[in-house]
Amino acid sequence: MNSNLTYLKRKTTNWVMSRLSLLFALLTLLPLALIFFYLLSKGVSALNLDFLTHLPKPVGEPGGGMANAIVGTLILVGLACLLGLPIGILAGVYLAEFGHNRFGLLVRFTADVMNGIPSIVIGIFAYTIVVLPMRSFSALAGGVALGIMMIPVVTRTTEELLKLVPVSLREAALALGIPRWKTIVSVVLRTARMGIVTGALVAVGRIAGETAPLLFTAFGNRFWQSGLVQPIAALPLQIFAYAISPFDDWHSQAWAGALVLISLVFLIGLFTRLLLKSKYSLRGGQ
Amino acid sequence: MTPQVLKQVIFPNSAVFEEPRGQSSCLLKVDALSAWFGATQALHEISMDLERNQVTAVIGPSGCGKSTFIRCLNRMHEEVPGARVSGTVLLEGANIYDPAVDPVIIRRKIGMVFQKPNPFPTMSIYDNVASGLKLNGLRNRRQLDEIVEKSLKMAALWEEVKDQLEESGMSLSGGQQQRLCIARALAVTPDVLLMDEPCSALDPISTAKIEELIYQLKKNYTIVIVTHNMQQAARVSDRTAFLYLGKLIEMGETQKIFTSPREKQTEDYITGRFG
Repeated sequence: MNSNLTYLKRKTTNWVMSRLSLLFALLTLLPLALIFFYLLSKGVSALNLDFLTHLPKPVGEPGGGMANAIVGTLILVGLACLLGLPIGILAGVYLAEFGHNRFGLLVRFTADVMNGIPSIVIGIFAYTIVVLPMRSFSALAGGVALGIMMIPVVTRTTEELLKLVPVSLREAALALGIPRWKTIVSVVLRTARMGIVTGALVAVGRIAGETAPLLFTAFGNRFWQSGLVQPIAALPLQIFAYAISPFDDWHSQAWAGALVLISLVFLIGLFTRLLLKSKYSLRGGQ
Repeated sequence: MTPQVLKQVIFPNSAVFEEPRGQSSCLLKVDALSAWFGATQALHEISMDLERNQVTAVIGPSGCGKSTFIRCLNRMHEEVPGARVSGTVLLEGANIYDPAVDPVIIRRKIGMVFQKPNPFPTMSIYDNVASGLKLNGLRNRRQLDEIVEKSLKMAALWEEVKDQLEESGMSLSGGQQQRLCIARALAVTPDVLLMDEPCSALDPISTAKIEELIYQLKKNYTIVIVTHNMQQAARVSDRTAFLYLGKLIEMGETQKIFTSPREKQTEDYITGRFG
C-alpha cells in the first residue's frame, strides 16, 4: 500500500517535471518566433528590390533603400572578425592548452569582465584610440569597437570547446611523435572546429546588431562609404535613425531593415557552416 | 652420437650457442626509474632489461604503477601536470631522459597503444593511419599509400577496411578501432611498441585477434604490454614483470613466473589471493 503510494508519487512527479521542462523549452522558442513573425508582418511591406539595392532617399521623397547600410554592416562585421577571431581563438587555445597558471586565471577573469562591459563604453574606448587620433569617424573605428566586443566571447567559447576534446586524443597524437603545436593545430583544433565556428557565429550574431558602439565610431552615412577611413553606414544605426524619425515610410523601412539584419546573421551562419562542412567532408575524402 | 656431441662436431665454437641472451639482445634498459605525481611517488627505483623481439608483460593489481611505468618508457608520463621522473631508460644505449633528447623523437621510436581505442574522430581510416607521417611532413602520396597498406596489413585490419579507407575511423567496431590504433602506431616504424591494457575495452573475440597480432608483431618489434588479465600475460608474453605498490617485485620468463615464482607476493597475486 505504502510502496504503491510512493510509486504513484514518483510517477506524478516525473510526469509534472518532464512536462514543465518541455513547457520551458517551448518558451525559449517563443521570443524568437514572435520577433521573427512581428518583423515579417511589419517589415515585409517595405522590403523590395529597391530596398536592397538603392541608397536612402532624402527626407520627403518616397522609396529608396538601405543598400549602403547592408554593405556597411557586412564590412564592419568583416573588420570585427579580422580583429576578434584571431585574438579570441588564439587566446582560447592558450587558456585551454597552457593556461593552468595564474596568468591564465587573470586572462579568464579579464575576459569575463570584458564580456560584461556595456557596449557603449567599448564604443567610447574605440572613439578614444581610433577616432581621436585619426580625426575622423571611420569604418575602421567601428570594426575595432565590434572586434573588441567579440574577443571575450570567442576566447571563452574556444577555451571551453577545446577542453571538451578528450585528453586521449592529445595523447594519441603526442605518442605518435607529433610535436605539441602540430597536435594542437591538426588534432585538437580540428576536432573542435565546428564548435569553435558556432562560438564565432554567436559572437558575430551578437555584434552585427550592436548600435551603441557604432554611434561615435562608424557614425553612419547616408551615402556609399569611400574607404575604410570614412564614416560608414550600418543597419543598426540606420534602423535607429529611421525608427526615431517622424515619418511613417521610414518606420516601415526600419522594420524592413531589422528583418534584413536578422536574415543576414542567419545567412552568414548558414553559409559558414555549409562551407566548413563541405571542406571537412572533402578532407575526409581526399 | 648424442645431440650434444653432434652439436659440438658441427659447431666447434659452440660457446656462442650456450651463452644466454646477453647484453646485445637488450633493446631497452631501465635503470633505477622512479616516477612521481606531484608529491606522490608512483614508481620506486625500477630496473629491468627489455629484450629485442620479445613480448614483456607487466602485471600487477590496480594502482601498482603499471601504466605509469610504460608511460615513462616513451616520455608520456611527463605530459601529466606535476609529473616527474628520475633514473635512466637506455634505448640502444642512449638515455631517453638525456636533457638534450627531444621527447618527440623518442615517441617516434617507441610507439604506444592506449587502453581505450582513440582514433582521431575527424580523420578517415586512411588519414588515421597516415597521421603520424602526414603531420610530420610526409606528403608523397605513393609512399603514404604504401605505408598505410603495409601498416594495416601488419595490424591484420587491411582485409576488413581496404574498401572503406575514406570512411571515418569512428565507423569501425571497438576491436577494429584498436587495431586501427595499432596500425597508426606501426606506421611511424617504431622499434618498441608499448601497449597499455590494449584489450581491456574489447570483447573476447577482438581480444583473441589482438593477441594473435601481438604474436605476429614480435617478429619485428619489441613489445611491452600492460595487462590486468593474467591469462593474457601467460598467453602472449615471453617475460613477465610483476609490479606491486610501485616496486618491481619479480621479473623473469613468463612460464617461470606463473609456475614457480621466486617471491611470495608474486605467488599470492597470480594465484588470486589478493589484487
